[in-house]
Amino acid sequence: MTAVTERQQLAYVDAQAADARVNVELQTEEGMVLNLGPQHPATHGTLRVTAKLDGEQVVWADVVPGYMHRGYEKLTEVRTYPQITTLINRIDWLGSFANEVPFILAAEQLMDIEAPPRARHIRTILFEMARVANIVLFLGDLGVQLGAVTPAFFAFRDREHVLDQIESVTGGRFHPNFDRIGGLKDDLPKGWVADTKAVMVRIRNFCDEIEALLFGNEIFEARTRGVGVIPAEVGMSYGLTGANIRASGVDWDLRRDANPGLAHNEVDFRVWTHPDGDSFARCWVRLQETREATKIIDQLCDGLPGGPIMAKVPRIIKVPAGEAYVATENPLGVMGYYVVSKGDLGPFRTKIRSASFSNVSICPWLLRGVYVPDIITILASLYFILGDIDR
Amino acid sequence: MADTDATTEEAEAPAVDERREVILASFTDALGDAIVGSHIAVGRQLWVRVTREAWFDAAETAKNRLGFHFFDWLSAIDWMPSPWGRYEDAAGIDEGIPQFDPDATFETGVAGGDTRFQIMCRLTNIRRHTEPHLNVLLKADLPTDDLRVASLVPLYAGANWHERECWEMFGITFDGHPSLRHLYLPGEFEGHPLRKDFPLLARLVKPWPGIVDVEPMPGGADEPAEGDGVAAEEDA
Repeated sequence: MTAVTERQQLAYVDAQAADARVNVELQTEEGMVLNLGPQHPATHGTLRVTAKLDGEQVVWADVVPGYMHRGYEKLTEVRTYPQITTLINRIDWLGSFANEVPFILAAEQLMDIEAPPRARHIRTILFEMARVANIVLFLGDLGVQLGAVTPAFFAFRDREHVLDQIESVTGGRFHPNFDRIGGLKDDLPKGWVADTKAVMVRIRNFCDEIEALLFGNEIFEARTRGVGVIPAEVGMSYGLTGANIRASGVDWDLRRDANPGLAHNEVDFRVWTHPDGDSFARCWVRLQETREATKIIDQLCDGLPGGPIMAKVPRIIKVPAGEAYVATENPLGVMGYYVVSKGDLGPFRTKIRSASFSNVSICPWLLRGVYVPDIITILASLYFILGDIDR
Repeated sequence: MADTDATTEEAEAPAVDERREVILASFTDALGDAIVGSHIAVGRQLWVRVTREAWFDAAETAKNRLGFHFFDWLSAIDWMPSPWGRYEDAAGIDEGIPQFDPDATFETGVAGGDTRFQIMCRLTNIRRHTEPHLNVLLKADLPTDDLRVASLVPLYAGANWHERECWEMFGITFDGHPSLRHLYLPGEFEGHPLRKDFPLLARLVKPWPGIVDVEPMPGGADEPAEGDGVAAEEDA
């Protein structure tokens, strides 16, 4: 198919399917165009997928994001550094704290200050708890996409304990806004470490339950094995990160390989990969990652150093002129902030590299040739948060 | 400024980042005069600024010669300070739409820059996981009256969405892009929101209250952080 005819077809579909109430547009000769979304349960928000079908098979598909574009890159240009953490909390709203960390690290790098060891440890604990809260919901949601409702109830039940722990430190269940340039807002409350370790035991039990419920299930395997295979080279050229690229056999994890300023180098954990690159592999890698995250949290809780939680920073934050890019391994993949400062109270320009944006951009390639029910499982296994695509 | 960047770096830097120097040497070897500026933040990042004509070749060198197969991101910067003021606040609205001088020169950042718009792209090698991953941040200046550059889609399929975003947000055209359509914005949208002269209307119609009360930080300059592990609560 040449680029020109494809563009004509896309223009046609855009014109025909712009009205989201019309979900199916019948074409007489060339088959049918199916419009999924923008409000479809499988899209975790408002993402639209248009797919041209030949019978049950997708001939080509296009993804239309932007229904939730909030213009954070523009907004950061008119706010001060401490105010920006409030905004970027809302990018990946299921693992909010993890959004704040790379931005704060980038600002700290420009200011040439370093958070004290205790702050670094607590930051890493909360970072990993954001991962647990995020991926636990993924594992529950996965069942729903395949018609199994039970895992979702298990996930919401156990995630609540993680959110309780996050709330008792930060005061916010979803949007902690807790990270500060130079350290953290507050120290841990009394008794928090013991409670957290108990919650981590629960999460490990949850992982075992999900593994027994889903991963050994014949229907689950039939729907995910060999479906949506991403070769490593293709994944890399699309900038896939996180569990999506590790499921294609690429052994890459910024927590181990880059160490941008968190305490991951002080703990022992394994980076899981899977050679298959299909939907099953992506789900399986995430399951193992949740287990590893609980182990990281346990180890960090055991070795929590004393000392202050705030470095010496000026009362009014002015970041010296310069450019810095810091990326961390967030629940959904690599998230990075390219901060350009001109010595003001706020950045001159911030480029937000969010994981889901790149992860979903592979969809037009990946959905070509799959069957309609597999669109749902592939989208679910890529695991995106709409706020993380649209920013 | 750009030409002296690399030499002053070597003379003044306390440590030399040998592995990034090697990468820079490979780029110089492959592109020669097309490299107009470079900068190494020791242990952190390598910036290479190339001419617009060499944009595609630079990416090709990174991919085929240096093994940077991972496409991280692509974006642009508008170096012009906002004519609406730093915080684009309602204060300036009475004076009408501000004018800016098209010939003005702008203060630019790392690795230098000559024009208002600068495009940048980050490429990484993620295969060798035994040592920290090497990467490069490519930059290129685009003349304001001809905002075009070669598309990287033939090299990196993932550049597709990034270039579409860059096209609608900055108005930069990518030659050879398969389908330069709106990504986020509705099809009939006018203007390029991430340009500095695009007004942030929410700010212009209503003053932003957050500008005056900058949040005080605990443990400020006059009150050092306590050593007992509890944050010093401070009322400004």
